[in-house]
Amino acid sequence: MIKPIYSKGKIVAKTGNEAMAEAMRQIEPDVVAAYPITPATEIVQIFSQFVSDGIVKSEYVAVESEHSAMSAAIGASAAGARAMTGTAAQGLALMWEMLYIASGLRLPIVMAEVNRALSAPINIHGDQSDTMGARDSGWIQIYSENSQEAYDNMIQAVRIAEKCMLPAMVTTDGFIISHCMEVVETYPDKDVKKFVGQYKPQRALLNTKKPYTLGSIELQDYYFEHRWQLAEAMNKAQDVVLDVAKDFAKTFGRKYGMYEKYKMDGAEIAIVVIGSTAGTAKVVIDELRKKGIKAGMIKIRVFRPFPAAMIAKDLAKVKAVAIMDRADSCAGTFAPLYTDVAAALFAHNEGKMPKMENYVYGLGGREIAPEHITAVYDKLAKIAKGKAKPSNKVEYINLRK
Amino acid sequence: MANLKELSKVPERLAGGHRLCIGCGAGTLTRQTLLAAGNTPVVVTCATGCLEVSTSVYPYSSWKKDSFFHSAFENSAATMSGIEAAYVALKKTGKIKEKINFIAFGGDGGTYDIGLQSLSGAMERGHRMLYICYNNEAYMNTGIQRSAATPRGATTTTEPAGKVKPGKEQHRKDMTEIMVAHNIPYVAQAVVGDWNDYVTKVQKALSIDGPTFINIMQPCPLGWGTKPEDTLALGRLAVDTNIWPLYEVENGVYKINKKPKEKKSVVEFLKPQARFKHLFNSNPKNAEIIESVQKITDAKWELLLKREGGK
Amino acid sequence: MNRAQIKKAASCQAPLRASEIAPAGLVEAGTSVEFNTGDWRANRPKWFKEKCIHCLLCWIACPDSSILLKADKVKTSVMTGIDYGHCKGCGICAKECPVKDKAIIMEEEKK
Repeated sequence: MIKPIYSKGKIVAKTGNEAMAEAMRQIEPDVVAAYPITPATEIVQIFSQFVSDGIVKSEYVAVESEHSAMSAAIGASAAGARAMTGTAAQGLALMWEMLYIASGLRLPIVMAEVNRALSAPINIHGDQSDTMGARDSGWIQIYSENSQEAYDNMIQAVRIAEKCMLPAMVTTDGFIISHCMEVVETYPDKDVKKFVGQYKPQRALLNTKKPYTLGSIELQDYYFEHRWQLAEAMNKAQDVVLDVAKDFAKTFGRKYGMYEKYKMDGAEIAIVVIGSTAGTAKVVIDELRKKGIKAGMIKIRVFRPFPAAMIAKDLAKVKAVAIMDRADSCAGTFAPLYTDVAAALFAHNEGKMPKMENYVYGLGGREIAPEHITAVYDKLAKIAKGKAKPSNKVEYINLRK
Repeated sequence: MANLKELSKVPERLAGGHRLCIGCGAGTLTRQTLLAAGNTPVVVTCATGCLEVSTSVYPYSSWKKDSFFHSAFENSAATMSGIEAAYVALKKTGKIKEKINFIAFGGDGGTYDIGLQSLSGAMERGHRMLYICYNNEAYMNTGIQRSAATPRGATTTTEPAGKVKPGKEQHRKDMTEIMVAHNIPYVAQAVVGDWNDYVTKVQKALSIDGPTFINIMQPCPLGWGTKPEDTLALGRLAVDTNIWPLYEVENGVYKINKKPKEKKSVVEFLKPQARFKHLFNSNPKNAEIIESVQKITDAKWELLLKREGGK
Repeated sequence: MNRAQIKKAASCQAPLRASEIAPAGLVEAGTSVEFNTGDWRANRPKWFKEKCIHCLLCWIACPDSSILLKADKVKTSVMTGIDYGHCKGCGICAKECPVKDKAIIMEEEKK
């Protein structure tokens, strides 16, 4: 339950989609270009009503596909406008080509993304296979556990993106967060606008006094240097995320980091999760702690840039850790979050690693209940005591093999 | 009617040093487009292709006075939608005051094929932009592959003439009419080789507050197998043979801009081009193809005359 | 980028470092004037000033912006020459020249 923190805040009931649309109303970008797709449709639907009612001055471009949505957002951003869009799953997949171009051209577009399973089979429910596939696209990725975080993350994402000159996507889990009514504290328009600030692009296509060419062809001579610039911008993005979070906490009172640590003090076994499952896990951890089991959790908020060094440090003293992926790589190896955490631990902890397990769960919206998470901790406890060994392969939760 | 003396007062907006092939009609039409735009600033987008790669090889740009933007192949129109929407938004809030024109370029591949959806969407939404298809009738940038704009009988590298196939078997799709069906305020067909007709059309299109479309046939020495110096003359021949009639459709009203005094046979257009060379061998099947090209050219011309007459 | 920077950026010996170039491959307008396409020429246009009627048909036809003009005393444009730094020698100007005894002819380029 969200408790009011900000003195001028307002407690309202909102779904994740409504919370994101509300943030967009307050941000009032110059251009929103979007195409409907379940379960993200509502966000831009609500926003387009704001446009139709004259509540925002934004231009709404109701494009004919997600590819065009991202193309138009790219055009608008390069033109010098603050541009946003929203999508999910197949929509994000159709944007794929343009995602890389948005980041490669260093355009700070902000996207409201509702995590949904990728086809086939077609499925409309929540998992993170869509955004996990975009993890190397050069976009900042911020995941939200609930509607409050979705709202707060959207507001912060604008500043982060513009400061880094990188596009950013803020996600919620499809239906679980996008369609679930929750209590959210919203902040006054004036305060949000002040926090977000005016967009001042370094260069704009519409500045006719300083015309320029963007999107040139570069071959063996300069492509590599520009791609390195992009990687370097992502390397530096962590500091920006933390700075913006600090200012956000100072302004509105809510504290954010690269990830949230839950009962990690003295934890012997832990899980690493992303998104709404963290809420369920917290209930399980509280129960386990009551029984004296030293369970903890790391909930990733910012997956790109990945906070490798920080996570390695926080997991250094844990005996066994389970990495919970709501996406499968189908790679003959491990799922995306696992590989990143494993690499972080290996690189930063001088070979001292906790025992690791990798679980894939919840694909296509499959239920993840407290008992499933409890079972993960049970296994971790055995591994920690040396009574069991990590399986060294992906384990699947709540799957009928 | 455009006037060369007047046009020459407009500062050159396409810099030399671009890498278009020797005798490429795209250079000519791009220069003419920008001259026609007068002294109003333009933002240009371009689909991936000859014009794009040749004019923006890092660290060089041939776009001298105007902002130029390229993002991908299939989305010149969609990208321009975003730029135009940004313009509208920033004008509303007073951040921009001046008039800017918006010109989106795409080759025939980027227009007829992969970019059709994005173009259709942008036109339907009514963005104020001029979309120019520089139509050289195949994917020239990647080495002369067949497109939906490739005419029947032409050999391309993905539908080459061979022992059993005569090159492309289908007639090209009628993109200009597809755009007419979008009920946009202005659609025109033009050709590299008639500067006056083309410049006048660009000027007219840019004066309209809405989406406009020009399909300009651009002879390609490399892909068509023609002499570089013949590029413009060949364009005129396309008009004189009715292969590519010059016409415009303004608010649904057809106007043919040039009616050849005496109709020339399509053979005169086909024969100088290496891409049609195989049609002139002894195989009777190839004679049939030439005949069918003549037939459809005549039929289309008759239809155009009817449309102009409002029947 | 200024002229010197463009030259450096395009040079094989000492291209610029990532720290020296703008993000995203941004290019300043019109820099291709620094790129010589004149050496592509196999044939060279030769202009006869005395035959030229300054109709500007070669100028409007040129794909390479290589017909040089200036405004004369009555402020009408006249041809002043050919930009051999960019002219690729396509011959369109010679072909389009309406003067019966051509004011531009093509000759073999002497390398």
